[in-house]
Amino acid sequence: MNIFDRMMSLDRRWVFLLLAVVCVVTYVWPFSIPIRTTDEVENIFDFIDTLKEGDYIFLGIDYDPNALAELHPMTYAIAEHAFRKKLKIIFATLSQNGPGMADQAIRDITDSVKLDRTYNGVFYPGRTIVNGVDYVFLGYKPYFALVILGMGQNFRIPFPTDYYGTPLDSIPMMKGILNYDQIKCVVDITAGNVADAWISYGQGRYNFPLALGLTGVMGADYYPFLNSRQIFGLMGGLLGAAQYEKLSDNPGPAMDGMRIQVYAHIVIIFFIIIGNIGFLASRKKRMGKEVK
Amino acid sequence: MEAMSFGTFIWTTLGAFLTLCIFSFLYRDNVFYKIAEHLVVGVSAGYFVIILWHNGLQPNLFDMLKDGNSYFLWLNSAQPWYVIPAILGAMMWTRFSKKWSWVSRWPIALYMGIATGVAVPLEMKNRVNLQLYASMQSLDWGNFFGTGFLDAASGLSGLIVFLGTLAALFYFFFSKEHTGMFKGAARFGIWILMIGFGASFGYTVMGRISLFVQRIQYIGDWTKVTWNPSSGGGFITFWFLTFGIFAVWAIYEIIKFFRNRGEITE
Repeated sequence: MNIFDRMMSLDRRWVFLLLAVVCVVTYVWPFSIPIRTTDEVENIFDFIDTLKEGDYIFLGIDYDPNALAELHPMTYAIAEHAFRKKLKIIFATLSQNGPGMADQAIRDITDSVKLDRTYNGVFYPGRTIVNGVDYVFLGYKPYFALVILGMGQNFRIPFPTDYYGTPLDSIPMMKGILNYDQIKCVVDITAGNVADAWISYGQGRYNFPLALGLTGVMGADYYPFLNSRQIFGLMGGLLGAAQYEKLSDNPGPAMDGMRIQVYAHIVIIFFIIIGNIGFLASRKKRMGKEVK
Repeated sequence: MEAMSFGTFIWTTLGAFLTLCIFSFLYRDNVFYKIAEHLVVGVSAGYFVIILWHNGLQPNLFDMLKDGNSYFLWLNSAQPWYVIPAILGAMMWTRFSKKWSWVSRWPIALYMGIATGVAVPLEMKNRVNLQLYASMQSLDWGNFFGTGFLDAASGLSGLIVFLGTLAALFYFFFSKEHTGMFKGAARFGIWILMIGFGASFGYTVMGRISLFVQRIQYIGDWTKVTWNPSSGGGFITFWFLTFGIFAVWAIYEIIKFFRNRGEITE
């Protein structure tokens, strides 16, 4: 058995082991890598950054815990950015296993905003974020397409009460807020086909500015919607989250994760190359034998 | 995660243990993986049922029908017509009977009719027409090379999108043999498709690694708590307990591997 045959018959568990070792070593060893921002992420940051104090945005936390690795950093970065700019956020989740996770995330973010911070050279004093005044969490309702359509008429149709059971009419922040017409943009962070529903039944029907935060698997499929201007921004996977963290000068788990990603990708590329070399060489050898 | 209550720590430790249980599948299927797998499925299903009850059935149906009489919920309700969707929903359960399963076709037909009526115009506009317009925009000659490398707003990018779409469609056009110019266009089309699949594959790899990275960060943070003296010396016991279980299993597997190899050699 020559080296090329060995390459072809390499037990995949060696790949897993090497990948795990590289990821653990790069996690333990502190270093940073440069993050290059792209237009599609800058568009989202710029849009939120230029909104005025008291403006409303809608943040859809439309994912289950199995996607939080990629999408939580986006939610944290955008919500903290918005709260620091004193925007008001309407949170909702259209993912069945999302409500508890979303509630926990909102609590974490509001705790974080209590601390004094300086971002991009601007000092933001810590402040207490109050439920019902600075944000409202609508919770979860099944059948996301109908919920998205219903909110276009009135948030109170699918959500007569918020997640905690308070009627929307008795929430100070929701006075005069009827539907998408009163909010500046929708940022949907999702791991499933809720994104399609937001494009077709939300933006397509009610024509509001829509931005998407997606898992890496979905990222490439939604670039055509940028080209057609149906969405104004797109964050794809952990890289998208890292770019937003960089733009908002708020390094978090995404920027930390990207340095591990770089070396993990090098390992994968290395195995792809040696796998291909092994395949081509063994094919050549096999063809040579057939000719003889 | 530097300081936490003992209760939170126990749950965090359980999370770390279950993470290692799932990763143990990378070596081979085993009892730890099975426990974690069944736990995930069971917890997800149980959680979803409760969420659906409290966010769907209760507020949207039973609260609408209640009239204070627990025996005949809907008789004096202000909105008795909510009993119609309730009956339609109940009709779906006839799927379990061979004799009566035809009844379930009625609510399915109603649902499909409504869903199709809502979806077709919006999907046609937003996923077909607007995408077609975007692929056929007039070329921006004044900004042909754009402001940077493959600037998405440049004329060149628009030209690539237009030609790429056309060529990819040529590849799937089988009514004419792929010869001559057709062959060239189809070949260009397959290249465009491969670039698209490659981009998706790259993103997918990044996504999968992200999941692994997040778990490493989680276990790393948990390890910091266990080894931090200020968070309680007893926590380190859990570190040894968690990794100890997998260490014992790994030693068992190694011994088994060498024994089997010895038998094969003999």
